[in-house]
Amino acid sequence: MASDVKKSAAPPEDERVKEMSRFSKALIRPELGAITGAILVFMFFLAVARDTGMFSPEGAMTWSTVSAQFIIIAVGACLLMIAGEFDLSVGSMIGFAGIVIAITSVSWGWPVWLSIMTAFFLAMSIGALNGYIVIKTGLPSFIVSLAFLYILRGLTIFGAIATTRRTIIGGVREAAEGDWLAPLFGGTILTGSFQWLADIGLLDTFSRGSREGQPIVDGIPMLIVWAVGLIVFGHILLTRTRFGNWIYASGGDAQAARYAGVPVNRVKILMFMFTAFCATVFATAQVMEFGSAAADRGLLKEFEAIISVVIGGALLTGGYGSVIGAALGALIFGVVQQGLFFAGVESSLFRVFLGIILLLAVILNTYIRRMITGEK
Amino acid sequence: MTSLFKKVSKISLGVVTALGILSAVTTPAMAQGERFVMIYHSPDSDSWWNTVKNGVNVAAEQMNVTVDIRNPTTGDLADMARIVQQATASNPDGIFVTIADYDVLSGPITDAVDKGIPVITINSGTHEQSEKLGALLHVGQPEYDAGFGAGKRAKSKGVTSFVCVNHYITNPASIERCQGYADALGVDLGTQMIDSGTDPTEIKNKVIAFLRANPDTNGILTLGPTSAHATLAALEEIGRAGDIHYGTFDLSGEIAKAVKSGVIAFAIDQQPYLQGYLPVVILTNLARYGVLPSGHINSGPGFVVKDNIALVEKYAGEYR
Repeated sequence: MASDVKKSAAPPEDERVKEMSRFSKALIRPELGAITGAILVFMFFLAVARDTGMFSPEGAMTWSTVSAQFIIIAVGACLLMIAGEFDLSVGSMIGFAGIVIAITSVSWGWPVWLSIMTAFFLAMSIGALNGYIVIKTGLPSFIVSLAFLYILRGLTIFGAIATTRRTIIGGVREAAEGDWLAPLFGGTILTGSFQWLADIGLLDTFSRGSREGQPIVDGIPMLIVWAVGLIVFGHILLTRTRFGNWIYASGGDAQAARYAGVPVNRVKILMFMFTAFCATVFATAQVMEFGSAAADRGLLKEFEAIISVVIGGALLTGGYGSVIGAALGALIFGVVQQGLFFAGVESSLFRVFLGIILLLAVILNTYIRRMITGEK
Repeated sequence: MTSLFKKVSKISLGVVTALGILSAVTTPAMAQGERFVMIYHSPDSDSWWNTVKNGVNVAAEQMNVTVDIRNPTTGDLADMARIVQQATASNPDGIFVTIADYDVLSGPITDAVDKGIPVITINSGTHEQSEKLGALLHVGQPEYDAGFGAGKRAKSKGVTSFVCVNHYITNPASIERCQGYADALGVDLGTQMIDSGTDPTEIKNKVIAFLRANPDTNGILTLGPTSAHATLAALEEIGRAGDIHYGTFDLSGEIAKAVKSGVIAFAIDQQPYLQGYLPVVILTNLARYGVLPSGHINSGPGFVVKDNIALVEKYAGEYR
């Protein structure tokens, strides 16, 4: 055992690798800027809005849920961006997947598990088609996915009106009752533990209204579970597997990667499918939580995903970035958005603050990265 | 060279055929000749307009006329002004249009009127604006008055402090609704109107955040299904459904259900179906027989409460 440790502690020196102190090695991480940004943002709100209930269990749940939503699409967008491509159809995909679930389950009476699977199948097929067109035509994914932004939104509105003459389709919650797959997206976990926490007095309970006596936070919504799950999956995939290296290689220099035997086309198409998967997770969780799907869900979400990823330190040109960073970027985005309400900022100004803080985060990020890596 | 020419001609032939098929699909069979254009301001994705469109379609079928429905795909009002100009250039038998923004649209709409095209204004805008533009009449709901009416009902139930959940803050009419509500209560609007955005999860959590930060809030006004559904979920989650006096604009299946269960005290129905249906009927009769009602038509506010919900619920989102 002891000899093992000794061995790994002294690897053979490689004269091609520049020597670097352990400290600066630890610093050269794409997510460093996002970590700094997240700490700053939390410090800011701790100073400004500590007494407003923002950091009470209930308040924390509001910004966690909103952040989790951003994280889910940011993880997909992050892996795709590292692989060197964009997907601008994420927002439209969210609307599309939601309407597919609502039409098949409510209007056509399919069991909800089948509707959800159909939505995932259709969304991932479209993701694959998206990727296939990008690979085959060599067009920038920016343009191809922009086309799908319109196509999917249009199909969503058309489909909803043609089948139900409505653009908001309700009744999904009733249809999903007793379904085995639906709680995986719309339910909450650990409700028992939260009730226990309330019983022993660690968690406040409702003192009035229809839910008197129940804990004010009744569990962890599946949205958050999915977000954590996707972060773990994405991070391990990217940093611990050969496929992760392929993703970096495809985005860094696709041609060089091809010469080195990396199946670049397969990697990129799979990443488009993964992005579509994430969008569908987002859509399904939202449909199950609110019990309805609307044709206008997910507007502008593609940009919010990309912004989160960029705050998280990924390069728009691909080949560099991290899932943890993207998740922190999404967290910053969500915390800022919710926190401004707790801080009592004039409501019509909140987009201004949002924009400024996002800009500051990205500048800080870039500055730190340049400082560390010495790149110009 | 010849092969290139062949290729080009092949492609253009394909494009022409495709266009032909497209136009065959989009142009319905000519009825009795009248063609009207409806122009509204919301982006494609706005669900509310569906009821208006259903009204237009029913009227078009009954009257045997064609109605083109146009809107700026992204909700950009400058695009909308362009669409009004295009519609005017196509010489329809009548135009009905929303006055989403008087300054942007007054030029194009006045041009249409001056060209001799009968114009009816619908939905957004005031009676005065409609008259200034030279339109025949206005079919709609005066927004400030509707908000004021809602506020009066809220005041009688003891509301003193409220939140107005605004999911479409860029539309001036939305602010008038909140303002009217505040004025009827006799309180300052101030920060009680929140810019909620349109994502349901975000709206829900913003409402929770607001109620958390302002615990003495005892009244809620939402401006349509987008904000109403998410607010319902928020109240459900914090266990205050039915505890806070809650009024909303517009109807949907879920709002109807909440009115029935008493969570929502009233829903203000501006009866959008009429805003689509009536202009088609009025313009057709004007074109055929020269008859025209005098004066504006208030399609709303109609207050939907527990007592009159049954019929409303059946058609919510479709004709109501």
